[in-house]
Amino acid sequence: MSEKLPKPEELSTVDFRPVDYDWMTAKATFRKGTYSYQAAPKNLKYLGLANPREWSPIDDDWKLPDNWKTIILEGLRERLDKFRSLGLFMDICVRCGACADKCHFYIGSGDPKNMPVLRAELLRSVYRRYFTTTGKMFGALAGARELDVSLLKEWFYYFYQCTECRRCSVYCPYGIDTAEITMLGRELLTLVGCNINWVMEPVANCFRTGNHLGIQPHAFKDNIEFVRDELEEVTGIHIDPPINKKGAEVLFVTPSADVFASPAIYTLMGYMLLFHHIGLDYTFSAYASDGGNFGLFASHELMKRLNAKNYAEAKRLGVKWILGGECGHMWRVMHQYMATMNGPADFLEVPVSPVTGTRFEHARSTKMVHICEFTSDLIRHGKLKLDKSRNDHRVVTFHDSCNPARSVGILEEPRYVLRNVVNQFHEMPENTIREHTFCCGGGAGLGNDENMEMRLRGGMPRGHAVRHVRDAHGVNLLACICAIDKATLPALVDYWSPGVDVGGVHELVGNALVMEGENERTTDLRGDPMATSKGESDA
Amino acid sequence: MHDSGKILAGLVVFGALVTFPVWYHAAWGGPLVKPRLPADLAEKECIAPTAYMREHHMELLNSWRAQVVRDGHRSWTGENGRQWRASLTKTCLRCHANKADFCDTCHSSAGVKPVCFDCHVDPKGKN
Amino acid sequence: MKRFLQAAMLFGVLLAGVVVASQAQGLRSVLGTVLPYAAVAVLLVGVIYRVAGVWGRAPVPFRIPTSCGQQKALSWIKPSKLDNPSTTLGVIGRMALEVLVFRSLFRNVRTQLKPGPKLAYVGGWELWAAAMAFHWSFLLIVLRHMRYFTEPVAGFATMLAALDGFFEIGVPTLYVTNVLIVAGLGYLLLRRVFDPQLRMISLAADFFPLLLLLSIVVTGGLMRYFGHTDVASIKELAIGLITFHPVVPAGIGSLFFVHLTLVSVLLAYLPFSKLMHMPGVFLSPTRNLANNNRAERHVNPWNAPVKVHTYEEWEEEFHDKIEACGLPLDKP
Repeated sequence: MSEKLPKPEELSTVDFRPVDYDWMTAKATFRKGTYSYQAAPKNLKYLGLANPREWSPIDDDWKLPDNWKTIILEGLRERLDKFRSLGLFMDICVRCGACADKCHFYIGSGDPKNMPVLRAELLRSVYRRYFTTTGKMFGALAGARELDVSLLKEWFYYFYQCTECRRCSVYCPYGIDTAEITMLGRELLTLVGCNINWVMEPVANCFRTGNHLGIQPHAFKDNIEFVRDELEEVTGIHIDPPINKKGAEVLFVTPSADVFASPAIYTLMGYMLLFHHIGLDYTFSAYASDGGNFGLFASHELMKRLNAKNYAEAKRLGVKWILGGECGHMWRVMHQYMATMNGPADFLEVPVSPVTGTRFEHARSTKMVHICEFTSDLIRHGKLKLDKSRNDHRVVTFHDSCNPARSVGILEEPRYVLRNVVNQFHEMPENTIREHTFCCGGGAGLGNDENMEMRLRGGMPRGHAVRHVRDAHGVNLLACICAIDKATLPALVDYWSPGVDVGGVHELVGNALVMEGENERTTDLRGDPMATSKGESDA
Repeated sequence: MHDSGKILAGLVVFGALVTFPVWYHAAWGGPLVKPRLPADLAEKECIAPTAYMREHHMELLNSWRAQVVRDGHRSWTGENGRQWRASLTKTCLRCHANKADFCDTCHSSAGVKPVCFDCHVDPKGKN
Repeated sequence: MKRFLQAAMLFGVLLAGVVVASQAQGLRSVLGTVLPYAAVAVLLVGVIYRVAGVWGRAPVPFRIPTSCGQQKALSWIKPSKLDNPSTTLGVIGRMALEVLVFRSLFRNVRTQLKPGPKLAYVGGWELWAAAMAFHWSFLLIVLRHMRYFTEPVAGFATMLAALDGFFEIGVPTLYVTNVLIVAGLGYLLLRRVFDPQLRMISLAADFFPLLLLLSIVVTGGLMRYFGHTDVASIKELAIGLITFHPVVPAGIGSLFFVHLTLVSVLLAYLPFSKLMHMPGVFLSPTRNLANNNRAERHVNPWNAPVKVHTYEEWEEEFHDKIEACGLPLDKP
């Protein structure tokens, strides 16, 4: 974390009342801590993308191709022809302002261009100037602006200050979705090589190795076995997690952070225990070693390029269906894009739980089930032996991750699981959960360190809500079902609401699962002591 | 995924709604009827000029009602100084004797339902 | 403020022009017949072009509903059928709520930073209430106006007039919708002018339609409640228009021509403006699609092959490492 970070009290003095601010002439200022670094040329080269070069957002000269304006405008025309959403969202906004104070970045920064309406106007003003009669005729009077380098810089600054969380689209009377606008805006920027490294490096890694962290097959195996060994230490249960096993019933795809980064690895322990507990015939894949898809944060094409491996691997391994781990944006891709882009998955079978016999009809086409759907079905059928009291050292609240909440609607499943594995569960205020949930501030490729001030600002609404339940109920664990959350929320919570940990829902499942032949558990999966009351009464 | 069928259906509905009066008239429309007066009138002049009466008669009648019912004041002076008895039945209806031929033609075509005959009796009609 | 003044000036010029034109007897046949026909033609052609020719021509490549409630997945978890519909019927319900009662806007809650510091979520319903007041009143007023365009008067127009004038205040009876539309439009305009955030995001094109609508309402109200007008002659003009035998009867006040001309401007302006949200809301892919993505595959007409990194390429690249760590190889 940068040393120059303002204190929470300072960050909380945001001024929402702009005086004499004219968005049409105001330029973007690249202030340290509020923007992400440029993509390294090697990553763009590896992916075959445009204009790989050494540059920096704070340079005056961005080393754009000579015909960059033509490229952008042609790109915009092409996308207007390909996406009804784009033309529609350009035309029908009435600027009612309902979205304005719904964006976590606006709430946290007070920067008017973080109002979803103005973020969209950045693109809309160019659309008006080059694609509408009124804009061509009346120019600025009609809200049209000339496309020039400083406007392109605004695009870069503000389209990379949106986490594509879709909160604004919940409140928009026409369902205008800023995520869609940001996605297409970033696509246009990609055409002229204006990308951030925190998106492009993971994409390049993922394209090459199968996962964002660039873990090669042997290291992937090592990592899983490392987590397996840690797990054995805590529980005494030895597990041999299958990798690239042909003929397994289920392919398990999860974000690579689960096998690599704390606290996500504790979630992986939970998965392993769960699968062992029910005797699931499954396999990891070292090729499809990441369900996450940073391609979503760059372009539809890259999203498709990264996503293709999942069905290909399921086919190669001859599994019946795919089970997906806890992840946010991964589930947006799996749910809303995968079958359309890389389907039909007619070589797979409609998912059926081998333990309960439940046929997951809602996934009959895509053939992929969310781990929370799978686990809550197991619990419902009484197939898990759970001891809730093992989580008594935890007072838990649940952070709905943006994409599972607003692009799928996975709201009750994780709550059902939580209520069955913990005794102390408290919801955050209703305007901050479920479809109203606030982003962690680090999604869509923005969870890098150089962008820390902006992340903390964007995380302010979530941070305040966590602090509220911490103070009201003594909450000490923020549970979530997203790998980016697990990576970014700890810093956020430390800043806004110290004393609260971040963990996955299946970490808590793992704590509560009573395994056959296990050691007496004195610590949770993290090695932290469990609450003593139970132990004492047993003794 | 263009959903052309649904868009077309929506536009047809839109077009039909915008042009509703045209086809409504073609199907169910009738001629506009103008108000008629009997051939032999009790008076040669109305209490006020026709143009004024066309726009303002409702106000005038309303003020008559107020002055008679609330103030018990029965006399009203026209613009030319002539005194009239402020009475729908005893003044207006002397000439405009047939409610159906005179009052109702405009009122029904303008979709207006005055409350005059809630109390007053239409001498030629049923109420 | 600059953009409000621009809009106000533009609108002022327009209004002045219309008022002057309405005084000229010679222009009455233009304002009373030619202009309304032209305006309706522009409206029809413009809307059809934008909806079918522009929006409709582009496909919906992906099914991207915003899910605002629990999904339908497991049989024992109650799905949110309207806020996250999984069936066509549910989508129809969701769209009906969206179009008729502005479901999404109803969620609007204002975010405030209170001392503490702490965030509070309060109020915000005023925008929804004003929007409802304006849109519904506008619709009812348009429907009431069908008394001019139908002979004999269509039953619904009479019925609505009776309902609208239920309180029987004054002569002619005060319509509730007239009060509501002035209140609604007034609020919507004032917030744009006086709320600094709103003023900052507003374009001239946001003030203009409000000013236009308000003047239409005001001229209409003046005719009904204050100046009065020869309703029978106006009806003659209206019936002339819709039977394609246009006439401009003598004796209609100039205010009426101001009113009619502003309405013509509104109709012709609509297809080129943000007022296209009216047809647009029906096409919004975050609202009009069922969230049944994993059950029914959505087809993208331009789904083109992309460069992928196949398993074979991957295995070849990492062959020795895969072998060394003992993972299976397809080509050992």
